[in-house]
Amino acid sequence: MTTKQWVKITPERVELNGEPLATTARGTALLTEIYRTRINDYPKFFKMDELCKLGFIASELLLQAEGDRHQDSEDRAVILFNRSSSVTNDRKYQDTIQRPDDYFPSPALFVYTLPNIVTGEIAIRNGYYGETSFYVLDAYDEATIRATVEASFLDGMTQSAICGWLDCEDADHFEASVYLIEK
Amino acid sequence: MIRRIADNIYSPLGLTTADNYASVKQGRSRLCRYEGAMGLPNPFTASLFDWDQVERLDGYTRFETIAIQSARQALAQTTIDPASPRVLFVLSTTKGNVELLDAQAESFPEDRVHLGTAARMVSAYFGNPNQPLVVSNACISGLSAQIIAMRLIESGACDTAVVIGADVQSHFIISGFQSLMALSPMECRPFDIERVGLNLGEAAATIIYDKVDQIGADEWQAVSGAVRNDAHHISNPSRTGEGSYRAIRAAMGEMPAERLAFVNVHGTSTLYNDEMEAVAVNRAGLKDVPVNSLKGYYGHTMGAAGVLETILSMQAVDDGCILGTRGFEELGVSKAVRVSAQNAQTDKRAFLKLLSGFGGCNAAMLFEKGGER
Repeated sequence: MTTKQWVKITPERVELNGEPLATTARGTALLTEIYRTRINDYPKFFKMDELCKLGFIASELLLQAEGDRHQDSEDRAVILFNRSSSVTNDRKYQDTIQRPDDYFPSPALFVYTLPNIVTGEIAIRNGYYGETSFYVLDAYDEATIRATVEASFLDGMTQSAICGWLDCEDADHFEASVYLIEK
Repeated sequence: MIRRIADNIYSPLGLTTADNYASVKQGRSRLCRYEGAMGLPNPFTASLFDWDQVERLDGYTRFETIAIQSARQALAQTTIDPASPRVLFVLSTTKGNVELLDAQAESFPEDRVHLGTAARMVSAYFGNPNQPLVVSNACISGLSAQIIAMRLIESGACDTAVVIGADVQSHFIISGFQSLMALSPMECRPFDIERVGLNLGEAAATIIYDKVDQIGADEWQAVSGAVRNDAHHISNPSRTGEGSYRAIRAAMGEMPAERLAFVNVHGTSTLYNDEMEAVAVNRAGLKDVPVNSLKGYYGHTMGAAGVLETILSMQAVDDGCILGTRGFEELGVSKAVRVSAQNAQTDKRAFLKLLSGFGGCNAAMLFEKGGER
């Protein structure tokens, strides 16, 4: 497998293929800054939860660096890992049901209480009909991630993948370390 | 070739695979209507454990308990040493211990709400030293977990995979599905013209796989599997069944439709899921193959569903039976599919299992008994 592009995003810093991007904001405002300065054509971004925003920005940067945006395809997988699953959004949803006198479960929040929604958001944005998978580990573990991604290429259709670590604990604590790799 | 070694279903209908199969074959279900349960203001119909009947393990949550109980029963049928570094635990769940977020919840360390921590509790119970892999791919997790288990065995990352699917129901999950207007107030009716939604259920199920050069005549083989996305919408299935159709095509490979005893669909009994699956099955050229859904017996057991329904389908083929679709009477989808209403006989030895879920994901797996392939 060959790594074609990689991106690392923390609340303070964005690096694309090892080069830091010039940014000023921090936390989730940093994601919005990248969206406004480099993407700006997908208003659905503003409806996403933080995990999806992080994954969306990471994938957009990788694909911009790749150049020609792919046409609809089935041969590119999206395979992501994290520790916090969707717990940021789980807590927000819990707040809508915690008190009987203020009980208003939000369907818009509930939909994002699954970590794999971000893989779907990336698939929808790019017309990817290939495999989308989300795995949760109790800590970052490069060996497990590598073994799982490599095994995923046993799907005969899959030729490339957007894959890696995508964790969002809350608005000020997140980390994306995502790669575009080819078979 | 990837071989099933052992399995277990731990559900409100029974605590062994044999008990579950016998109950389902007799048409039994534990779906029932609850009013005022779990502090929910609105009534719901679900298949829930009688928790007084479950042997609770000290220091483990409800979710961890049923996962461990199921895996323990499956492992007891084998000579596998679960503490071996060549054994991998793969856990399929959507919400794990999410109920611990509730201020009223039983007291456990806060970190247990993390799926990886809960999975480590389960694998550590058996002394397993490896990082357990949690598959959290919404409702398709139970097939995703079996597919990655197959591939990790094939790639040599492990020799044996213990795949556990489990979810328990809670205020969190049921209120969420109620807010999505996805629940049926009555027992669900998969593929029926009068279906209005799904029922939720709780269960754990375990299936253990290893690799062999030759499959025995009475052994089960996980032949192939695939996950594909609709690339359409995060919560509504594709009208063309795009991802499901592509997953079926990938999983079936060269397998002729005539070899299938049945297609065990997701069949949640929501308007959109069942319609989408009818389109996908029809498009994939499987309109003459019997189709069944098991949601009328268990409700939608989320992370457990893919494992539980795979095991029951294996039991059914062993018994020469196509299980009936409890709750189904009159076809209510736009494309022709042969839904099996009642139990029927079969002498075929293969089946296809389907699931679809939020995030636009779809999975298909092909299973066959014996070593013809």
